[in-house]
Amino acid sequence: MTNIQDKISKLCPSATFEEGEVLLVNVPDNDWHSLAVALKDDAELHFDMLSALVGMDWKDSYGCMYYLTNTETQQMLSVKVATTDRENPMIHSVSDVWKVALFQEREAYDFFGIVFVNHPDMRRMFLRNDWVGYPLRKDYDANPDVNPIRMTDEVNEDDTFSMVEDENGNIVRQDKKVFGDDEYVVNIGPQHPSTHGVMRFRTSVDGEIVKKVDVVSGYIHRGIEKMCESMTYPQTLPFPDRMDYMSAHQNRHCLCMCIEKALGIEVPRRAQVIRVMMDELMRISSHLLSYGCTTMDMGATTAFFYGFRERERILDIFEKTCGARMSLHYNVIGGVAHDLHPDFVKDVKEFCAIMPDCLKEYHKLYTGNIIAQNRMKGVGVLSKEDAINYAITGPSARATGFSCDCRKKHPYSIYNELEFDEVVDTEGAGDSFTRYLLRLKEIEQSVKILEQLVDNIPEGEICAKVPKIIKLPAGHWYQQVEASRGVFGVYIESTGDKSPYRMHFQSPCFNLVGVMDICCKGHMIADLITIGATLDFVVPDIDR
Amino acid sequence: MFNFGLVTEWIDNWLESLMPQWAATTVECLLIGLALILAYSLLALFYILYERKLCAWFQCRLGPDRVGYWGLLQVFADMFKILIKELISLKGTDRFLFALAPYLVIIASMLVFSNLPWGNGLQIVDFNIGVFFMIAASSIGVLGVLLAGWSSNNKYTLIGAMRSGAQMISYELSVGLSIMTIVLLAGTMSVSELVAAQADGWFIFKGHIPALIAFIVYLIAATAETNRGPFDLPEAEHELTAGYHTEYSGIHFGFFYLAEYLNLFIVSGIASLMFLGGWMPLHIPGWEGFNAVMDFIPSIVWFLGKAFFISFVIIWFKWTFPRVRIDQMLALEWKYLMPIGLFNIILMAIVVTCGLHF
Repeated sequence: MTNIQDKISKLCPSATFEEGEVLLVNVPDNDWHSLAVALKDDAELHFDMLSALVGMDWKDSYGCMYYLTNTETQQMLSVKVATTDRENPMIHSVSDVWKVALFQEREAYDFFGIVFVNHPDMRRMFLRNDWVGYPLRKDYDANPDVNPIRMTDEVNEDDTFSMVEDENGNIVRQDKKVFGDDEYVVNIGPQHPSTHGVMRFRTSVDGEIVKKVDVVSGYIHRGIEKMCESMTYPQTLPFPDRMDYMSAHQNRHCLCMCIEKALGIEVPRRAQVIRVMMDELMRISSHLLSYGCTTMDMGATTAFFYGFRERERILDIFEKTCGARMSLHYNVIGGVAHDLHPDFVKDVKEFCAIMPDCLKEYHKLYTGNIIAQNRMKGVGVLSKEDAINYAITGPSARATGFSCDCRKKHPYSIYNELEFDEVVDTEGAGDSFTRYLLRLKEIEQSVKILEQLVDNIPEGEICAKVPKIIKLPAGHWYQQVEASRGVFGVYIESTGDKSPYRMHFQSPCFNLVGVMDICCKGHMIADLITIGATLDFVVPDIDR
Repeated sequence: MFNFGLVTEWIDNWLESLMPQWAATTVECLLIGLALILAYSLLALFYILYERKLCAWFQCRLGPDRVGYWGLLQVFADMFKILIKELISLKGTDRFLFALAPYLVIIASMLVFSNLPWGNGLQIVDFNIGVFFMIAASSIGVLGVLLAGWSSNNKYTLIGAMRSGAQMISYELSVGLSIMTIVLLAGTMSVSELVAAQADGWFIFKGHIPALIAFIVYLIAATAETNRGPFDLPEAEHELTAGYHTEYSGIHFGFFYLAEYLNLFIVSGIASLMFLGGWMPLHIPGWEGFNAVMDFIPSIVWFLGKAFFISFVIIWFKWTFPRVRIDQMLALEWKYLMPIGLFNIILMAIVVTCGLHF
């Protein structure tokens, strides 16, 4: 770590450092862009992925926390950039260095009003463009009279601007349009059968060929991060279940781990095993749903039911133990909420036994079909470089050959004791077919993990002793897990209070919609649906 | 074999004994029209249930089973629901064309419907160019679809209509070519003569290889003609919500829906007429006893049985295959089916000239 510190001080003498779980670099805004370029291009540092971007309001200043990852060594680095200008906060954009910042910075602009200089498209990400104020600022006026429920259409939704810095260092505003006047723009969504939720793609088409996809999000944004700031830590737990509801266990596992890490709680072994088993069951259920939806979006309604048949069994297992099928609320701080149902072991064994045959059936039903292959092969190709640049993780990234499984790269819980393979497509085709097939292969690995654990659930406590009133010490923590759709991250900043000062959820799906435009360009409208289905984003995870 | 012609003749004579001939003809026309509409709607209802039950079984489900015994009354409930729904008209639509489109579609399918050989002596219209008339009449349907898509003033419907236009016009060629192949073999275009010519063996057996090729080409093209999966691009619900009929409601939507199911029956009926002998029982030359037994089954059962079987195959396609993409669909027609059809028609010509058929 000192090595990195030395290198960075050489690159940027004004940087200051703080030791922590991840080395933190404080950089003044003026040096930030050049340092970002150096951090990425330097052969040794090579922080090629921007894992998380967290907008912050520190009361005296606005700024961002950046979490960077070197995808080869898995070294992580956090960078803090702040500006004390509270009237017109501006930070230099790094969207030209890490493309994922194109969307992430728009989110920070939307909630904190931080304008990113040289960002090409500074629109709000989630809120309407006539929204007054920036809701995650600490001095935000939440009076409903300021922002009444508006009954009219959004005006000028085509307008955007960017702040461009010229050679003399002057920052000039440039107004732009998203689409030209002569473009034929079709709205796919927000009410559409194949956007998997309330998602809207403004698609410019030439006949059937897609020219540009503009993602309009925020139709079901619930302001979870804002709500968390006024809640105690146990009260924040139900939210991750409601983000990516297909990774409810993993997401909640992540939040619990982050809080446990801050409190220094050791989770009992039995709870660890139960958590991992639930995570893997959830992953299988998610991939089965993905199989069903992919096939259905391509018109094969029958295959959909076969995927759902087995998913039903998993939901039954969840129902017996957790009492719910969707929002499971099973992990709690220190362990799990209640003990396993007596049938759990038997049910899981039965499930593991039937799954290999079911997978064969899925392949027979759909994978070999010539129409299905023609529809998926070579459609929506994502290169490995783009996957890293746009911080795509999960099955969609592994299909490009990018090895990014958080269970292997940053082992958490008991994953380093388990025997399983990270499924990475060696050829790195990165098309829809590879993504589709990779999910089915991941089911096999998850079954393998379940088989290892089902007979070895240790006896003991299911929950560690936790204080009645949970107060995190002052500081900040970042925790990642491998959710069904990629790396899910939780950032908590605490001032030592009962409720978090800032809680940020880094969702994998938010990055996934970011590549819709580059994947769909030049393909047909029907392919847009295929690509959307195989990227497999879940809208509540985007709109947190 | 019972000839339904006797019944119709008897009704004709009875009516003429009661009233002058012009009045008798008018009454007959009305009766036939009534029978036609009744048969049309009953068959549509049957087909809706047929498909729902079949697709449920393909998908490990039970299908409708709440309304009536075995869900038999479900389709009637659905029909009444659709009849009492409001006809919504939207701003910016072309009112006249918007209202006209569903009627064009339904008229086209009814015109073809009246040509089918229902049974021995049970046929409404019988021209000497019956088959030609069917192909011509069925093409009117595409006009209705195009108008529906255009007049709705919606981008989805427009894309759906354009897809539909491209698809129907392309696949009309293959349907026409495969039917022409059989016409070559039969030497006639009259529906009744086509059926009569198959008394000593269905065309699919008599015409062997070219007839079989024509049958397969016809099945694929007919699936596309009826806008059914895997060729349901015009209404691709996962891409265009409901395609060309997105903006329709109530019975206007119902007309599209009925026409879709009836078109399924009609293409199956034409297939059974051209390849499987229409209402003609299965006859094998030389097996007199067998032929006599087959003749005991009523002709209408033969016709409906064959049509339902072919519909089953087409429904099976729909619930198995994913949807093709527009470029793949056009490539399939222009690069494969049409050349095969053209080659096949030459093959059939050679077979017929050299007398190589049975």
